[in-house]
Amino acid sequence: MLRVTDLAKRYRTGDEALRGVTFEVPAGQVVGLIGPSGAGKSTLIRCINRLVEPTSGAINLGDVEITNLSRAQLRKARRRIGMIFQEFALVERLSVMENVLSGRLGYVPFWRSFLRRFPGADIDKAFRLLDRVGLSEHVDKRADALSGGQRQRVGIARALEQDPELLLVDEPTASLDPKTSRQIMRLICEICAERGLAAIINIHDVALAQMFVFRIVGLRAGKVVYDGPPAGLDQVTLAAIYGEEDWTALSAKHKEDAEDAAAVSAAALVSTRAKLGVEQ
Amino acid sequence: MPVTNAAGRPQWRHRTTTGQLTAWFLWLLLVAITVASWKVMTQDTIWDFLRSAPAQAADIASRMFPPRWSYLEKLWWPIWETLNIATIGTLLAVILGTPLAFLAARNTTPNAYFVRPLALLIIVSSRSINGLIWGLLLVSIIGPGALAGTLAIMFRSLGFIGKLLYEAIEEIDHTQVEAITASGASRAQIIDFAIVPQVLPAFAGISVYRWDINIRESAILGLVGAGGIGLYLEASLATLAWPQVTMILIVILCAVLVSEWISARLRHAII
Amino acid sequence: MSAVSVAAGRTWRRTPFIANPWLRWAMYAGALVYLVLALGSLHVNWARLADGMVRGWRFIEGFMHPNFTSRADEIAVGLQESIAMTVCATVVGIGLSIPIGIGAARNIAPRPVYYLCRGIVAVARSFQEILYAIFFVAMFGFGTFAGFLTISFATVGFLGKLLAEDIEDIDEGQVEAMRATGASWLQVLNYGIEPQVLPRLIGLSLYRFDINFRESAVVGIVGAGGIGATLNTAINRYEYDVAAAILMIIILIVLVCEYASSHVRRWVQ
Repeated sequence: MLRVTDLAKRYRTGDEALRGVTFEVPAGQVVGLIGPSGAGKSTLIRCINRLVEPTSGAINLGDVEITNLSRAQLRKARRRIGMIFQEFALVERLSVMENVLSGRLGYVPFWRSFLRRFPGADIDKAFRLLDRVGLSEHVDKRADALSGGQRQRVGIARALEQDPELLLVDEPTASLDPKTSRQIMRLICEICAERGLAAIINIHDVALAQMFVFRIVGLRAGKVVYDGPPAGLDQVTLAAIYGEEDWTALSAKHKEDAEDAAAVSAAALVSTRAKLGVEQ
Repeated sequence: MPVTNAAGRPQWRHRTTTGQLTAWFLWLLLVAITVASWKVMTQDTIWDFLRSAPAQAADIASRMFPPRWSYLEKLWWPIWETLNIATIGTLLAVILGTPLAFLAARNTTPNAYFVRPLALLIIVSSRSINGLIWGLLLVSIIGPGALAGTLAIMFRSLGFIGKLLYEAIEEIDHTQVEAITASGASRAQIIDFAIVPQVLPAFAGISVYRWDINIRESAILGLVGAGGIGLYLEASLATLAWPQVTMILIVILCAVLVSEWISARLRHAII
Repeated sequence: MSAVSVAAGRTWRRTPFIANPWLRWAMYAGALVYLVLALGSLHVNWARLADGMVRGWRFIEGFMHPNFTSRADEIAVGLQESIAMTVCATVVGIGLSIPIGIGAARNIAPRPVYYLCRGIVAVARSFQEILYAIFFVAMFGFGTFAGFLTISFATVGFLGKLLAEDIEDIDEGQVEAMRATGASWLQVLNYGIEPQVLPRLIGLSLYRFDINFRESAVVGIVGAGGIGATLNTAINRYEYDVAAAILMIIILIVLVCEYASSHVRRWVQ
């Protein structure tokens, strides 16, 4: 449902952040995007919802060509794409609830958002989402009163409040400790599996990526150098993406890995059951 | 570099030769300009007056004390008027200055080539002209009274609030704006959800600070006829009623102290 | 972990800034009452205001045809006086603020010196400059000397306080290290304190120069020299075109000062 064709981005300074990137993401698939710093991962993600304007190429979300939209139409398109940020990007001084509801800004007129009178359905959804991410007790707390992991969960709830068809996740774990990183990745992948949501997760921790996603795209210097399953990431391909290093450490398996993999599969199972007619 | 090689060993000095010469030259320039200014400034000064100054000061001081406490009952209305001039003037300046600041900030201005420079020009003009001069102008245009004073305060504070506020708007955290933009929000919603919450503490602090300064300014606007307790000060000075002058100064001092205390508490609570 | 079912139809309201509703409404009511009373006290004379519109328009017209020529001599003299006063007062003010600011810093000054300096700074900041100008004129006669004293005094109050606060906020570790080497009090000042406070002091001094120029344009109204007297005369004679010319010059000089000071500040940083 997302089709990126020959995407290129060249900055005014002459830096070519992206060169002819082409790939497709079918509905419901979670893609891990890996690559060294400066490979263009963040740029690629931001080009998809045009937070950064691509220099050339086309991006199609379903049957809408995003690259050609006017401002007003772009706003409508952005509603369908939820974004999760590395540094959480919550509005610090607003409460958790207001941050989650801000996901609906594309759907409500200005006066409603100004008076904070969001439709009842949106509020119900917000409560459900906060429950899902485990933050029901923090609804009216100010965002800057939360820990890093809690903030990222609010970010996830905000993105989901949009009822998106696609999730763009920009290094969700870069600012978190290893244990919380795992929890957040697990949460994101479970939710995607539950809802059949497509996602592109920009991630620098290759081991985490291998653990949770079923398809990996490797970027190096603005070009796609790998596109396939995590199992295909052997020494050679990793060297092609990152350069020469001892990559054996990345393939180590831990006890928790098995638990995480099982949890994601279980979520996928529940989702399949729901699709077959059992009420969620 | 302050490190050189002389006689085969590295030497270090505080500045390079060029640096040293530049420093001396700049000091020389400063002294020259100051001396020249002093000459220009004192060309009409009558030095005899300076010699008699201590005597004059003692004379005035003796006339000023004790203050005329009975005058106090006449001063309640003027100080109330002064308070209103300051408060309403600040309020008007806040109402007009906030959109002005949004027009002047690089990241929120709708047009960078025409609207922004215009907003900046308004801010600079408002700031460059002292409150007392605004008072003079307005008294000349709409006549003496508290209205002239209020408008003078408003025009002066517009630039102050506008400048500090637009600087605060330009310094916000950009990722919060990015996140709200990514959800498909309109410009107005972006300002309401991502920018306003970030500048709110600065906005409140600036407004209260300016109100505090305006209390002092309103007190003397009456010297040029723009209402408030300054009118009584002008009248007392003109009739050389020094004990009354002292009373007025005491009242002004108390008002300033109270407003400073209120302002400090409010700004502390807002952070 | 599947979604726990939550009762649908839960409402949410944004938490208001003041939680207690009684207090909140009391404050709204109080503010409204005050506003009504305050506006009432302004006594707007609508007839006079209507007249004022005409005169106001003449003032704006003055800006479109500023008159630099008919009073050129007076303007030149006034400007010279203002700039000369600004330079001297700022230099002298900075020179005096440094010892007084150091003396007003609790962490390095002995108690009696601290109280004395804090007292000087407090007195200098108690009243608006123009009030001091009136007294200096009474003591020293009309002319620029009184204005010079006024502005210097105000500068000492402004810079002295900010310098003292800056010194009280420094990183004591650096000072401690200097003391540990056996340095004298002045050396500790020069090596441990000065490097920390100098950049901000320079910035503040440039800002004060700007403020002092604006002050120098005003003290003339009470006879303390500078372009304020010329401006006052022009406005009293309703010569709005001359007044506009003078105001434009003032705005221009302030702009130049700001531009120059931002450059110097960047170079110093």
